[in-house]
Amino acid sequence: MDSIRRFALPDASGRFNLVWAFIERQTNLWKRYWAWELVWLAYGVVNTLAITFIAEQVGVVGIAGAEEVSQLVLFLLIGTLVWAYLSAVLDDVSLVITWERWEGTIEHTLMAPVARSLHLIGMALFGIIHAIVRTLLIFAIVIPFFALDLGQADFLAAAVVVGLGSLSIVGIAILGGVLPLLYPERGTQMTFMMQAAILLVSGVYYSVDVLPGWLRVFSVASPATYIIDGIRAALIDGEGVLDLQSTLWTLVAFGVVLVPASIAVFSVAERWAKKTGKLKRQG
Amino acid sequence: MQPLPLEVNKVSKSFGGGFSAGRLLPWAAAGAAPAPPRAVDAVSFHVDRGEIYGIIGANGSGKSTLVRIVSTLLLPDEGDVRIFGLDAVREPGRVRHFINRVSADPAFFKNMSTNENLLFFGRIYGMNRRQIAEAAPRILGRLSFEYEKAGEPMSHLSRGQQQKVALGRSFLTSPALMLLDEPTTGLDPRSKRDVQQFIRDIRGEHDATILLTTHDMEEAEILCDRIAFLSRGRVVAEGTPLALRQLVAGERPLDTISMETVFMELTGESIAEDEMPAEAGASG
Repeated sequence: MDSIRRFALPDASGRFNLVWAFIERQTNLWKRYWAWELVWLAYGVVNTLAITFIAEQVGVVGIAGAEEVSQLVLFLLIGTLVWAYLSAVLDDVSLVITWERWEGTIEHTLMAPVARSLHLIGMALFGIIHAIVRTLLIFAIVIPFFALDLGQADFLAAAVVVGLGSLSIVGIAILGGVLPLLYPERGTQMTFMMQAAILLVSGVYYSVDVLPGWLRVFSVASPATYIIDGIRAALIDGEGVLDLQSTLWTLVAFGVVLVPASIAVFSVAERWAKKTGKLKRQG
Repeated sequence: MQPLPLEVNKVSKSFGGGFSAGRLLPWAAAGAAPAPPRAVDAVSFHVDRGEIYGIIGANGSGKSTLVRIVSTLLLPDEGDVRIFGLDAVREPGRVRHFINRVSADPAFFKNMSTNENLLFFGRIYGMNRRQIAEAAPRILGRLSFEYEKAGEPMSHLSRGQQQKVALGRSFLTSPALMLLDEPTTGLDPRSKRDVQQFIRDIRGEHDATILLTTHDMEEAEILCDRIAFLSRGRVVAEGTPLALRQLVAGERPLDTISMETVFMELTGESIAEDEMPAEAGASG
């Protein structure tokens, strides 16, 4: 019987095929929804310009000198670009269930013999690739608008921060994806609120030092704080991988805890959804 | 002895009930909340290898709930489901290798093409691109699907064409147990005939075992080896179409008794009054 022959657990290439299924599907969807991608790209460019021009305004009104303005431009530009990246990863991964509900395919996808961990890894890899492409495009488009001084930037260190930081963001995004599983009607709104909270406490457009003390507690618990700080240190202050050891180890610790924990939480939530009948097309 | 493709033993399922924080409020009504009605109530049956087993019931009788339990998408409150001897609740990952499903609503990524959809759904069952590219045109061709449309977004296809792709998607993975949940609901007569013919052919050629839920008495009679009537979540009768007729015939000649009559006499309900749109079918 065919099914019995295919019953053995997939080997490495079989697991890759399963992960690739989700990357390929999301790429096909991305191509079909290209107009929306253009909208988000345009929004990202406008958002980046609008926020970074605030630094130029600071120079125009004479609050700061030319060198400080130049630093502030870089500070805000890095903040907006990193947030463009992080929010794209958070969107792509946390909407893992929402996508299926929108399309009406949730039952067919979730009853397939693919481990949920491989499903989520596929969605996360697509999310990271997608976010990198979109963020680089935004960066390329906004460069001519500013006189950037990246003379002492350490791009390798920044890339290492992004790589290690992505693990923890994927973990948070998977936890966000649990909400639409548990709350079909309001779960997606909850994930956007979660994103908004991360934006507020992680020092995207300002140093977390300006936050009230009680909010700073959340800053410490947000991996995005360390990602943004690390990238700023690498690109503005020229700190290398060795200088950033403490930040990198913190991000590794977040990733090592968050990724398996979030997959485990997702599995528990899926079982609960199966018990309560929430794995259905419509809410 | 080889394990049966499907064994359903005293399975019950109800929705609602459970914990509600509202009941803790001081002004909430005192006393225990009423037990929610059972969508499926102590249902037992088995399906033999190579058999087409039909479940007929009115809207809300529990057919789709039962199919979702067998599909590992819903956990029963009581009872157990075994697929080729494996417990569907404890070992869903293993069970899923044996099953696939067609529902009344052909659920697809509507903006992706037929080929892109089949590529994805084939891959998540462990097939590679080459295997899918070889099998898809052959299976869809047998369903009289116009294959030149396979590159167009699914949303451009008619309801009948989409349902043929849904059937093709399921058989693409060569499931040993196929769950067909009202596969011909809402189809035009020609598409319906194509789908029914395909089901008959595939059973004969591939030794597939099929669990079919339907509203259509004629369809049940021509396709199914055995039929169970489901009413308010309970199996009220089970047997071959002939045996079910004999059950209610009394002195009347068998050829004067339609399956609709048998259903009405055994359940006290009429299927015709409960015909429903395709969209509602999958939740019934």
